[in-house]
Amino acid sequence: MKKLLFSLTVLAGLSLAVKAQDDKYTNAMIPKVIAIDTTHSTPELLTLSAAFERIADAEKNKWQPYYYAALAQVNAAYMMGMQKPDASKTDPMADKAEALLNKADALNPNNSEIYVVKKMIATLRMMADPMSRYMTYGPQAEQALQTAAKLNPENPRVYLLQGQDKFFTPEQFGGSKTEAKILFEKAGQKFETFKPSGNIDPNWGRTTLQYFMAQLPK
Amino acid sequence: MRLFFFLLLYFIQVNVLKAQTEISGQIKDNKNKPIPGASVTVKDSYDGGVADSTGRFKFITTEKGQKLLVVTAIGYKGFEQEINLDAPLQPFSFTMKEEPDELKAVVISAGTFEASDRKRAAAVLTSLDVVTTASANGDVTGALKTLPGAQQVGESEGLFVRGGAAAETKIFIDGTLVNKFFFQAGPNIAGYGRFNPFLFKGTVFSTGGYSALYGQALSSAVILESIDLPEQTSASLGLTVLSATAGYQQLNKKKTASWGINYDYTNLGLAFGLVKQKQDYFTVPAFHNIEGNFRIKTSASGMVKYYGNFSNNHLGFTTPSIDAPNYLDKFALKNTYQYHNLSWRERLGTYWRLAAGVSYTNNKDNINGALQDASKKDVTVNGLEFKNFAFDKRGHYVNTKVVFDRRLPGLSAIRFGSEYNFSDDPSVYTDYTNASYKTSLKQHTTALFAESDIYVTNNVAAKVGTRLEHSSYLDKTNIAPRLSLAYKLGKESQASLAYGIFYQNPETQYLPAVSPLDFSKATHYIAQYQKTTSLQVFRVEGFYKKYEQLLKTGTLYNREGQALSSNGFGDAKGFELFWRDKKTVKNFDYWVSYSYLDTKRDYLNFPFAITPNFAAKHTASLVMKKFVLPIKTGFNLSYNYASSRPYYNIVNSGGSYKFSDRGEVPDYHNVSFSLNYVPTVGKKDARSFVVYVLSVNNILNLKQTYGYQYSYDGVRKEAIVPPSRMFVFIGAFFSFGIDRTQDAINANL
Repeated sequence: MKKLLFSLTVLAGLSLAVKAQDDKYTNAMIPKVIAIDTTHSTPELLTLSAAFERIADAEKNKWQPYYYAALAQVNAAYMMGMQKPDASKTDPMADKAEALLNKADALNPNNSEIYVVKKMIATLRMMADPMSRYMTYGPQAEQALQTAAKLNPENPRVYLLQGQDKFFTPEQFGGSKTEAKILFEKAGQKFETFKPSGNIDPNWGRTTLQYFMAQLPK
Repeated sequence: MRLFFFLLLYFIQVNVLKAQTEISGQIKDNKNKPIPGASVTVKDSYDGGVADSTGRFKFITTEKGQKLLVVTAIGYKGFEQEINLDAPLQPFSFTMKEEPDELKAVVISAGTFEASDRKRAAAVLTSLDVVTTASANGDVTGALKTLPGAQQVGESEGLFVRGGAAAETKIFIDGTLVNKFFFQAGPNIAGYGRFNPFLFKGTVFSTGGYSALYGQALSSAVILESIDLPEQTSASLGLTVLSATAGYQQLNKKKTASWGINYDYTNLGLAFGLVKQKQDYFTVPAFHNIEGNFRIKTSASGMVKYYGNFSNNHLGFTTPSIDAPNYLDKFALKNTYQYHNLSWRERLGTYWRLAAGVSYTNNKDNINGALQDASKKDVTVNGLEFKNFAFDKRGHYVNTKVVFDRRLPGLSAIRFGSEYNFSDDPSVYTDYTNASYKTSLKQHTTALFAESDIYVTNNVAAKVGTRLEHSSYLDKTNIAPRLSLAYKLGKESQASLAYGIFYQNPETQYLPAVSPLDFSKATHYIAQYQKTTSLQVFRVEGFYKKYEQLLKTGTLYNREGQALSSNGFGDAKGFELFWRDKKTVKNFDYWVSYSYLDTKRDYLNFPFAITPNFAAKHTASLVMKKFVLPIKTGFNLSYNYASSRPYYNIVNSGGSYKFSDRGEVPDYHNVSFSLNYVPTVGKKDARSFVVYVLSVNNILNLKQTYGYQYSYDGVRKEAIVPPSRMFVFIGAFFSFGIDRTQDAINANL
């Protein structure tokens, strides 16, 4: 009996320890996952990316921290590139993001969310030198986004990015604020019904969508 | 007791959780500059920090005991340091070393211009620039003529670089030599390059001091790199005033292999109808050109590529004869040509790389010359019998090359290999009496080479190489050392030096010789300064080139231009400037080239050392490009200038050569304009890509004189001018992407 009690106690202790470890992971992740939507400066995003990367490297078998580390890295590069496009600065960041994302992809293949970030990396590379790069990275970005849509047609971020492309592209190149609006509205509908698989799974984009909706001509 | 134990454990745990250690410090590079964004992590934990703009970091960890601190930053070598977290820690001071980085490292750029999409110091043009330069007429070498070092020679094909003749420039595709790169167009008319510029993703134009991997070129090497797998399966169609073209390129689903075929028919009849030519054509130039290719990815970094080209063309024209007034000179040419290039590159293990290639060229020219009377009948005129002839020239050429590359720590590498070249040039000359004279000349040239890239740091690099060549015809061996150095002066500026000895076999057209010959030899000394940003390039380069053992020719048994000795010599010196600017005016891109050249040589039948007729003292180009987004049209304008070139009439009098006349041609000016209308540009979901091209060469209709030719007796003299002053080209090119996105998605699932 004593033995059994002891075993039970050990078992309970162990499961508690596992739970504690899981809690530690989740507790570390949740505030950072929320920060993805609210962080907008390059240094802060790089700090966030490094934090995710630390978790990823400590855990090694979870795809989310690698995914977020890549996403924050891409966003940091976007913020930098928006002020002044400089391939020599943003290309190494794109390389870094791609390396992180590939690890996420290996742990969780065929994930719509990962293809969304693949698209963002291709666009990042293209934006550094559009004239000479759009032939290469334009189709790559397009294809990644189409794959993301195919893998999960309910993913609101697919339509958010499509809308952004339409929003930023000059009209003579096929951009259109009206079409952007339609896509943003579609993204909005998808956001209403979108349920992330877990509380640390990708669920970002609502604040970005609000920002763009506010920019659109009424 | 047990409960107590558990409680104890609990408290210890809580205490451990509460025990925190602060880790702080500063991270700098070896120039004592902070590295913002550098990351510090306690290994296998969540704890860490990121350096701020001053390189400082600070974070708190709950970890205990002996741990590893991991320091990383993009562009720097990461490292680990052992720490003990049981005691308070002093602030750290970390110094990080820059990672060897091809993008940041100094590039040996003396004598080298690169047109590619790679981000390198030597890359001053992009591959798109080659096709959008107005004066280039869609020809690779045409674009290179707007760079410093190349002459504006319009009366014959080829690149005349830094006082060198066209034969001193060799062209390589994927490492192997291309023979007969240009179409032959007839006396005093420059032929175009045979190869479509869209075949190449990179072009390296070396105006001297090039690598030991290449040889048999005294002055210059043009190294073309063909494209790898295409982006997608596509069909293309082109229609111009000169030609009709259709092609298909298939990429497999897995994107590991592709094949393609292209057919092109060119007929200058329509253009010659619209733009009057100096020549009177009885056979309008017409070309059939078939190209085929396949490319197979053999591994992550390995690839086999094949490219083949078959062409068949003919032309024939008459011009008023300078030798016999009221008579006509007839020239007729039939050419069949095939070129095959097979190359393989592969990574062998972690450090070794292999590049191997073989090319085969078969060229056949049937040339027919005659004097014609006013009724266009072939006639023989006393004293001018030599004008009636048939000349059948054949050429078989094989070139193979193998290069092994061993990577060393950092960016350093050592590479070595061998090259073998075989040429067989049989010809039959039939004179007016129908007597035939056969010649045949087989040559084997074998080379061994080794070279090493030595990167001391990202800022100092050297390339040291040697090439050993043996020529079966000369029965001689040479050793050609090459050396270049580059030093990075600042973030954007660098200086390079290059030195090398270059050998070349005597030109086949003057062979066989009556006495033993030697290799022609050139020694190059180059110094360069360059400042590059992503939007601006400034370059200044000075050079000295010494020629020795140049070929001297004479008249023997009534045969003009027969190789006599290797006693010729000469030199060339000068400086060149290049400035490219995409920054000053938004969406406007221009470059300016200037070359100063001072050269003299004694070769072929020159009486003594003189400035050759292909060398102008001052050469300059201005190339401007503007793409106007709202109308989706690119406007390109280029202006090429060359100062007066000398001309000579050299005659044989009593066994020695003398000038019977000499002078200078007027300065050369050429303004070309082209316009590309791309209605589909930027349409992301467009399945087709359309370009309309209008180009006008010599838009100001200026008179251009390249030199003078003389009648056989030296009595009459006539200016050598382009076949037409102005030339207009109109074309439309369509490319239809055959959408395989769906396939790609399916393949990914």
